[in-house]
Amino acid sequence: METRARPQGRSFSLNDPGVRAAAYQILVAALVLFAGWYLISNTLENLARQSIGTGFGFLEREAGFEVGESLIDYSAQDSYARAFLVGILNTLKVAVIGIVLATVLGTLLGVARLSSNWLVAKLAGGYVEVVRNVPLLLQLFFWYAALTEGLPGPRQALQPLPGVFLSNRGLKIPGAAEDPAWAALGIALLAGIAGAVAVHVWANRRHTATGVRPPAGAISAGLVLGLPLLTLLAFGGAALDVPELKGFNFTGGLTLTPEFAALLFGLVIYTAGFIAEIVRSGILAVPHGQTEAAAALGLSRGRILRLVVLPQALRVIIPPTTSQYLNLTKNSSLAIAIGYSDFVSVANTTINQTGQAIEGVAAIMAVYLTISLGLSLAMNWYNKRIALVTR
Amino acid sequence: MTQENATTPVLPPPVLARGPIGWARANLFNGWFNTALTLFVLWILVRTVPGLFDWAVGSAVWSGDAAICRAEGAGACWSFVAEKWRFILFGTYPADQHWRPVAAMAAILATLLASADRRMWGRPLAVIWPVGLGLAALLMFGGVLGLDFVPTTLWGGLPLTLALSVVGLVFAFPLGVLLALGRTGDLPVVKALSVVYIEVIRGVPLISVLFMASVMFPLFLPQGATIDKLLRAQLGFILFAAAYLAEVVRGGLQAIPKGQYEAADALGLSYWQKTRLIVLPQALSLVIPPLVNTFIGFFKDTSLVIIIGLFDLLSTAKAALTDPAWRGFYKEAYLFVGLIYFAFCYAMSRYSQFLERDLSKGRRR
Repeated sequence: METRARPQGRSFSLNDPGVRAAAYQILVAALVLFAGWYLISNTLENLARQSIGTGFGFLEREAGFEVGESLIDYSAQDSYARAFLVGILNTLKVAVIGIVLATVLGTLLGVARLSSNWLVAKLAGGYVEVVRNVPLLLQLFFWYAALTEGLPGPRQALQPLPGVFLSNRGLKIPGAAEDPAWAALGIALLAGIAGAVAVHVWANRRHTATGVRPPAGAISAGLVLGLPLLTLLAFGGAALDVPELKGFNFTGGLTLTPEFAALLFGLVIYTAGFIAEIVRSGILAVPHGQTEAAAALGLSRGRILRLVVLPQALRVIIPPTTSQYLNLTKNSSLAIAIGYSDFVSVANTTINQTGQAIEGVAAIMAVYLTISLGLSLAMNWYNKRIALVTR
Repeated sequence: MTQENATTPVLPPPVLARGPIGWARANLFNGWFNTALTLFVLWILVRTVPGLFDWAVGSAVWSGDAAICRAEGAGACWSFVAEKWRFILFGTYPADQHWRPVAAMAAILATLLASADRRMWGRPLAVIWPVGLGLAALLMFGGVLGLDFVPTTLWGGLPLTLALSVVGLVFAFPLGVLLALGRTGDLPVVKALSVVYIEVIRGVPLISVLFMASVMFPLFLPQGATIDKLLRAQLGFILFAAAYLAEVVRGGLQAIPKGQYEAADALGLSYWQKTRLIVLPQALSLVIPPLVNTFIGFFKDTSLVIIIGLFDLLSTAKAALTDPAWRGFYKEAYLFVGLIYFAFCYAMSRYSQFLERDLSKGRRR
């Protein structure tokens, strides 16, 4: 209302809302600009005095530090830019796996809290209350201590399954050795998934045309599981790279480091508590009449859930879940406290080595803003797809 | 018919449908799936609970030194907590002065409890808060009335956690309200600035804001000026919290019907009169429950200051664990600290739920 244009033919007056609005805004803009100029001039002066360089030129230089784990080849001789890339990939790795697992666990817990089974409902409720009311960092410290101090050394490693070792160096599992069977297995799995998608499209068409739904679920399960199994039988098994104890540590196999495992554990267990509450309120938001009407139409219990309750509950669930996904991604920056090489921890090492704090903090903010923006765009697109279509 | 009914005694419900048996049949064993689930859960509980109880109580060590705790078959080492609780709760604050943080925390808790009472909302709070916080600051800092001055570098433990969260909220709240007003207002420049600020802060992790506060603030200041480490963290915290509080307040502002604004305009109220007398009282009372929830989040988030080297409650627990004589009792340390955090957060969340029911009475049919 303040920005309303000044009526024609009236003389300039300080009581004019339009004039006042313009004056306030010029004042605020001037204040912000002045504060910015003051801070920047101080900063430049300080940087010059402490002879700290500016700009992102350091990215080309040799990093000179090792990282705990990396998805791509990396050594201390590589550049800071590559170290940053390693950090970003590690952040994305824990965020993606964490989001998937937290969604599964959170949904299970949310449903469990609504269970008619008193014991299950109370236990799930207790879990949610405890997990949500204790700081995530404390939980992370606890899991990290449990995975390092609480487990024996490599020589006394626990062996829950043959070839699987659990010690304070992390979880070692057999990995894929050099064997053409693995490539064939991958192709068979992809073919199975493609086949399952095709079956679903075909089943939907048949359903619309004839009113009878072919058993698409059974066929696709057979395709996804059966094709790789047949391939495995055809090759007569695939070679495994089993971890072995050599000296003081293991060689071979795949490793789940204690740092990654503790971070993933902590994030999943914490976020699942919040997702459980969202799922519960989403399901409660669907009126009971909907379930009754669907039952009156003769739908089975599974289909009532899948076709009637879930689509309506999802509309309530998706927006707050999006912010939980964003929280999980941002909380993964706590990795620095337990020594997992995520982006914040790599950037922090860089700040300590180069002294270029401003560039380092700016890089952290830019990376997280990009991830947050990308994730919210994706979730908003999905949210729009499932939103209620009205006039 | 009627006569027959009058003489037939009314039978009680069958024994399987009432009392504990009926309850168990309805809540634990209704259908084969629930029966299997109950049996499975019971099996897990039987396997774990006695062991946990034995660890925490049965064979726990309540006093003595670490050697007793390390003996074969010893359970939880509560003597670690008995030995270290003063350090965990108060950090490096001078030991003979520990009554001061206790009194300061009592002042803060009394302030919080008084604010929880709805009869106090309004003018009394404007008196209670400055008095409560002033008293707490006086006790913590000292330097007057014969109290020794204690610099913030010696502060630690629970008083530091409470100070960071409560002082942070006190300053972040007005800033958040201003940002929310800016974002919902009509001034394009102010609106753009508010939106950019809120979205940038909400898009980055708290750690990056704390890093900024700890490594960049010293660069911002003119030559020669220094800024206390605690104050830096507190500033970073306020800047972070303000963005989140702004979004909560914005929710309340958007729930006010347009008619309220128009009626205020029609009465000839100025912008600030309208905001202070009409808009904010309605908007803020709508968002008190989410505000309490946001505060719970901030209370938990104060634990992040360990990363920039402050000694809050979690950091002192971690530091207590580095004592070579008492290494490895992490379960006891984290359980102790976790219980303190839980007590505060759970109390606040129950209060928020109570408030939500209480405040919606007028809107319920």
